[in-house]
Amino acid sequence: MSTNRPQALSSFESVLIRFGIAGIFLFETTLTIVLPPYSLKPLIKQIAFIGARSLLVIVVAGLFVGMVIALQFYDTLVRFGSVSLLGSAVGLSLIRELGPVLTALMVIGRSGSAMCAEIGIMRVDNQIDALECMAIDPYRYLFAPRILAGIICVPILTAIFILVGIFGGYFVGVVLFGVSPGSYFQGMSDTVLNRDLFMGFSKSLVFGLLIVWIACDKGFNLHLDKHGAYGSEGVSRITTEAVVLSSIAVLFSDYLLSALIL
Amino acid sequence: MIDPNINNVIEIEGLDTWYGSKQILSNISLHVERKEVMVIMGHSGSGKSTLLRHMIGLNIPASGSIKLLGKEITGLNRNELHQLRKHIGVAFQNGALFSSMTLQENVELPLHEHTNLDHNTIRIMSRLKLELMNLSDNEDLMPAELSGGMLKRAGLARAVIMDPEILFFDEPSAGLDPVTSAELDELILQLRDALNMTIIVVTHELESAFKIADRITVIDNGQQIITGDKETIKQSNDPRIVNMLERRAMNDNIDADDYLNKLTRD
Repeated sequence: MSTNRPQALSSFESVLIRFGIAGIFLFETTLTIVLPPYSLKPLIKQIAFIGARSLLVIVVAGLFVGMVIALQFYDTLVRFGSVSLLGSAVGLSLIRELGPVLTALMVIGRSGSAMCAEIGIMRVDNQIDALECMAIDPYRYLFAPRILAGIICVPILTAIFILVGIFGGYFVGVVLFGVSPGSYFQGMSDTVLNRDLFMGFSKSLVFGLLIVWIACDKGFNLHLDKHGAYGSEGVSRITTEAVVLSSIAVLFSDYLLSALIL
Repeated sequence: MIDPNINNVIEIEGLDTWYGSKQILSNISLHVERKEVMVIMGHSGSGKSTLLRHMIGLNIPASGSIKLLGKEITGLNRNELHQLRKHIGVAFQNGALFSSMTLQENVELPLHEHTNLDHNTIRIMSRLKLELMNLSDNEDLMPAELSGGMLKRAGLARAVIMDPEILFFDEPSAGLDPVTSAELDELILQLRDALNMTIIVVTHELESAFKIADRITVIDNGQQIITGDKETIKQSNDPRIVNMLERRAMNDNIDADDYLNKLTRD
C-alpha cells in the first residue's frame, strides 16, 4: 500500500478550511456574475421563486407586524400623552429594524431552506457532478442567478413588508384608536431620514446575499461535511444548519450594520 | 488543443487515493486505447467507481498521473477541465437527470449550453438520440416517472448528445433485469460501432463485462489485479480472479474464533 497518506486535520484547521471554501464559493460565483456570457432566463426563474412566490407571506407578515407594533406603541405612548408620535415610532422601527430583519427571516424559511435542500439533493443524486461532466459551470448555471435574485428580491420584499406594515399600523392607530391620520403620516415623514432608508436598504441587500450564499454553499458542499450522513439525512441536517446559520448571520450582521451606520 | 491522432486516450500512472485515513486506490496504472471498450470490474466497494471519478476529474488523487486525451488533468484549473470535458460523455449509475426538467429537456441541455443551434435543430438532434435509446415515446415524461432502465438509457442519451470521443458508463447493469441489462449491452456495442466512441464501463456483472469488453481491468480492495483482454482474464491463475469467475466468496474458510472476535470487538 502507498505511504502518501494525507495528514489528519485538527478541528480548528477544518473550520478554517470550511470558511475558506465558503469564501471561494462566493468568489467563484461573483466572477461568473460579472463575466460574460449573461443569461436572463434563469435569473427571472429565480426572481419568481424567491420574490413572487414569497409575496403573499411577506404581505401577511408585514400587515400583522405593523398592527402589533402600533398596538404596543399606542399603549406605551398614551401613558406619556405622546400619541402623535405613533407614526414616527411605527415607521422608524419598521424601516430600520423590523422590516429588513423579519423579511430576511421569512425568506430564510420560505426560500433559503428550499434552495439548500434542492442543491443538497442535486449533490447527493450526482446531478452537480453531471453538470460538471457536461462542462456546464455549476457556479454560473446554478448559483449566479440565485445570488443575483436574492440581492434583487430581498430589498424589494423588505420595501413591501414596510409599506404594508405602515398601513397595518395606520389601521390600528387611526381606524381603531382614533389617532389623527395627519399626525400619523406627518410624524413619520418628519422623523424618517434618508439615513434610516439607507440603513434599511443596505441591511436588506446584505441579508439577501447572506441568505442565498449560506443556503447554496451548504447544499453544494454537502459532501465535504465529514461529521454526518451523506444521503437524505445529510440533506435534512444541512438544511437545518443553513436555516440556523442564516438566521444568526442575519441577526449578527444586523447589529454590525446598525453600529456602523448609526 | 487536443491531438486527434493520440492513441492512448487515457493514461494512468501510479494513482493513489484516500478517503480520510482509508486508502481507496493503490498504485493503479493503466491505459485505454482509442475506440476500444475497456471494462473496469470489481466487487462492490472495490474502488472501481472512484477510479472512474478520477478519470473524469471529479476526484483529485493523493498522488499519481492521469492523462485524458493527452492532457494531465490533475493540474488543470476548472475552465481547462471544462474545455476537456466537452470531449467526453458520462452516464451515471442512477441517470443523474435533473428532476425539474422533462426527459427531452435533460437531453437537450448540453446542446443549449454549448452550441448556437436553433431550437428546432436541437429538438431533432435530441429526438435522434432518444430514438437510438428507444425512448422516443417518453420525451415529455419527468425523471420521477421513468423506470430504472429508462433512467439509465436517458442518462446515456444525454451523455452522447454531443457525440463525445470518450463515453464513461458507471454500472449500466446494476439493478436491472437480465433482459434490460442485455439491451443496454447491445446499445453500448452499437455506440462503439456506429459512433466510433472509446467506451469505459464500470461494472460488477461478469456476463455484461465479457460481452462488451475489448479489454478488462480487475480491481480488488483498491488494488489493480490484472489488465488484459478477455482470454488473459479467463486464463489467470490469481485466486481472486478465479474466485470472481467462478462466483465464489473470497473467504470460504472462516475461523469461528476470529469471526466471533470481529463481531464482539469494541
